[in-house]
Amino acid sequence: MKFTKLGRVAALAAAGALLLSSCASNEAPADESEDTTGGETSSISGTLNGVGASSMGGAQTVWIAGFQTANPDVTVNYDPAGSGAGVEAITGGGADYAGSDAVLEADATSPVCAADGYPVNLPVYISPVAVVFNLEGIDSLNMDAETIANIFKGEITNWNDEAIASQNEGVELPDQAITAVHRSDESGTTENFAEYLSAVAPDTWDAEPDKVFPYEGGEGAQQTSGVIDAVTNNQGTIGYADASRAGELGTVALKVGEEYVEFSADAAAAVVETATIEEGRQDGDLAFEIDRTTTESGVYPLVLVSYTVACSSYEDAEKGALVHAYLTHVISEEGQQAAADEAGSAPISASIRDQITESIAGMVE
Amino acid sequence: MTTATAATGSKRNTLTAGQLSKWAPWVTLAASFALAAGLFMLVAVASSTDFSWAGVAIVGYILFLIILPVVSRIVEGGRKAMDRFMTGLVTGAFLLAFIPLLSLMWTVVSEGAARFDVQYFTESMRNVVGEGGGAIHALVGTLLVTLGATVISVPVGIFTAIYLVEYGRGWVAKGITTLVDIMTGIPSIVTGLFAFALFSLLFSDPGYRSGIGGSVALSVLMIPTVVRSTEEMLKLVPNELREASYALGVPKWLTIVKVVLPTALAGIATGVTLAIARVIGETAPLLIIAGFTASMNYNLFSERMMTLPVYVYNQYIAPGMNVSAAHERAWTGALTLILIVVVLNLIARLVAKIFAPKAGR
Amino acid sequence: MSSAPAAASPKLRAKGRPADIIFQGISTFAGISILVMLGLVAIFLVVQSIPAFGPDFDVKGTSNFLEYVGPLAFGTVWASFLAMIMAVPVAIGIALFITHFAPRKLASTIGFVIDLLAAVPSVVFGLWGANVLAGFMKPAYAWLSDNLGFIPLFAGTASGTGRTILTASIVLAVMVLPIITALSREVFLQTPRLHEEASLALGATRWEMIKMAVLPFGASGIVSASILGLGRALGETMAIAMVLSPSLVVSFILTSGTNPSTIASNIALSFPEAHGNEVSALIATGLVLFIITILVNGLARWLLGRNPRTGGAK
Repeated sequence: MKFTKLGRVAALAAAGALLLSSCASNEAPADESEDTTGGETSSISGTLNGVGASSMGGAQTVWIAGFQTANPDVTVNYDPAGSGAGVEAITGGGADYAGSDAVLEADATSPVCAADGYPVNLPVYISPVAVVFNLEGIDSLNMDAETIANIFKGEITNWNDEAIASQNEGVELPDQAITAVHRSDESGTTENFAEYLSAVAPDTWDAEPDKVFPYEGGEGAQQTSGVIDAVTNNQGTIGYADASRAGELGTVALKVGEEYVEFSADAAAAVVETATIEEGRQDGDLAFEIDRTTTESGVYPLVLVSYTVACSSYEDAEKGALVHAYLTHVISEEGQQAAADEAGSAPISASIRDQITESIAGMVE
Repeated sequence: MTTATAATGSKRNTLTAGQLSKWAPWVTLAASFALAAGLFMLVAVASSTDFSWAGVAIVGYILFLIILPVVSRIVEGGRKAMDRFMTGLVTGAFLLAFIPLLSLMWTVVSEGAARFDVQYFTESMRNVVGEGGGAIHALVGTLLVTLGATVISVPVGIFTAIYLVEYGRGWVAKGITTLVDIMTGIPSIVTGLFAFALFSLLFSDPGYRSGIGGSVALSVLMIPTVVRSTEEMLKLVPNELREASYALGVPKWLTIVKVVLPTALAGIATGVTLAIARVIGETAPLLIIAGFTASMNYNLFSERMMTLPVYVYNQYIAPGMNVSAAHERAWTGALTLILIVVVLNLIARLVAKIFAPKAGR
Repeated sequence: MSSAPAAASPKLRAKGRPADIIFQGISTFAGISILVMLGLVAIFLVVQSIPAFGPDFDVKGTSNFLEYVGPLAFGTVWASFLAMIMAVPVAIGIALFITHFAPRKLASTIGFVIDLLAAVPSVVFGLWGANVLAGFMKPAYAWLSDNLGFIPLFAGTASGTGRTILTASIVLAVMVLPIITALSREVFLQTPRLHEEASLALGATRWEMIKMAVLPFGASGIVSASILGLGRALGETMAIAMVLSPSLVVSFILTSGTNPSTIASNIALSFPEAHGNEVSALIATGLVLFIITILVNGLARWLLGRNPRTGGAK
């Protein structure tokens, strides 16, 4: 039995040594990094927890990295568990802020808010949704909503269909079957995609817009990366995904009014500019209603707007200050630009930035 | 020599008559594959498609399974032919099983090697966008959560086994045995749901996440394995040992602690190690209850804690903009997980070998 | 089960020492805590899933719980069934190879590797299935649906990604293979040596010996090993979630892009985005899965317990 005791001691020692030595080397303690940040060291500290939409997970990572670099004593966690989890968390008090692809109902409350506070929706992440396809030698196709709806419903099954060909003169379309790839999990991308189609082509897209893809047939793929994988690896596929991930794939230009509009950050931001705030919202609650049927030129109406849901004022004043500091970084020009560079979103316009700044002012009062 | 050959030439050796020579199966095998390769070569040339190795393997094997028994049937008769056919089939099954295993190992090692570096094991994902970063936070999280699960399950498991073997009688013991069996069948995701509901109720926090919750979920999966293996081991302890101890006036509890447990120690340790190896790679419950973070967290009892399987899943499913960097991290995580499992299995083997009782077969 | 040691404790009881009582108390407490824990799991599952059986059920376009769980339960059973068809014969083959064909040295090494395979985490299988196997199977599916499309199983257009129910089943088969193999191997090893030698001495070939001595002896063991493997396949979550392209349908087609989903993977995929009634619905599907696995495992234990192997020789 001597051996076992020795073995146990050795195992304990090994485990202890591993734990002690395993400080993450990139998580330098605050005092060490002080001299690099210059004279203006931040005084705020604490942990902030966010839960929500996976669509802005990438952007949140960028913002958190920037914010934590500026404030080394702060830890911000964003769990990209999904919009539903985010809404559940903020209304139940499980998170300090949430991310959601759909706006919170006007009468929602949250235990983390102060007595006179209420949850507000802040549109911090705007991303065009691209309809991507994979056809050899073709980078771009023109389509109207009707055609897209028919393809994803499974009514148009071949790339050389008359409906596609008539809108793309001069493009040699192959005689190839179409594999339409949709999201198999619930997602805000699907909901926005369906909202656009049912608004513009209501006769064809007769299903109620929902987070779940409504029709049978086609190929299901999990998460944005699943759709992108499926389209990238297979000829003759078409899918819809966050534009930031479109990469080298061919993309569809949407028919808006009389012209076809390619997705771009500016065109996406433009559609939010034309949007109005929903009725019945309290002060500072920026729940937008996007006009999908717009015919204005240069506007790309297939966008995903993700909201950060926070409280207009917090029960815990320190928390409020922390959220305020974080959100100020998020909507700052460099924050938005960093997200645009690293996560492919469209930076919010100056007027929206001003509106959000006003909305979150109550957090530090 | 000459007479011998003359003898076999003129009169057939009755001992080896009607029997294929030793090299016959190998020759048949080579011939079958050559035939299949030729066939596919022709097809490839004729239809200008790629040469299919998988096709050659399948067709070659089928040819072998047909040709050898047929030849054997002619020379050796039906029974022997059947034997040869089944031998080919069984060996084929064995080789078939090795294809996915080798493919899995090869992919994990070759894809995971790229990021199997110092940075991976010294850095977390805090402030990392795109390339770089590591998994030390996930590794520490996995070790802590699994340690927590072990601390919960081992005493409960061992004492339950002691109860079942040494004390339990009647319907209680029978009920517990049945329930342990049921517990082995709980789908892992259900334990995650359970732990989440339990803790969010206890702390009245609907967004509750912590490492200890993961430990509880894992221990639900781990306890039955520990109970089962310990029970088996305790039953193997000969009754003569217990009786001898009682005869010397040693109380029952001391008999268990000083005689029964030490005798079964090797087996118990092996069982526990294998149980750890089994749960250390669990993903589904931890996804729900332990949560997700990019930073290091040493505290099992508060805030989210990253674990290696969740890390792998997350890097694969939500890779962000730099997909290849994230996928490389995922594969390296998978490689690390497999290495941990291999090491644990080796430890279990070693323990069993060193402390195995000298008696028995 | 506990009859053997029970014989050890004689009828006349020694007077209770405090330490003895405490020790027995701890052991009993540990045993009872398992009862409590399982009770908690069951109660929680039932309580949380009650709202799903209400009239105003509306999840993913279905109007009642049965309509929702039906395709999922079908997918779970179908995928596991396919996996078992592939895994059981191969597993028996491997177990026979290890016990009766392979050289001794090789056999123990193979045994270790098989055990190792049983412990490979399911995320790793998921990664492998999604990245390697799906791509590898894709041309095979295209070929099957082009050439054998008249068979209902391969009807329609082939999946463009290879992430079909068949791919998922192959991954499942690889995952349950080591479990069935390990258990069958144990059973085959326990075949009475005398039976084997007797049949060989009567001039049987190796296969005839296996057919007449080994397989009849191990039959019930093989069945229960398979059922235990089936239990594992039914509850498998992550690998399926990562590999399969799921929809809410009932379909027997093996090669198309429209595949039935399984209960466990559906929970993993839908839980993060679920809220309100859907959470209850998901937990209720968890309950259904729980019951299915209990039944399957119970069947295995019953079969195993009914035919205790009473081998004559050591």
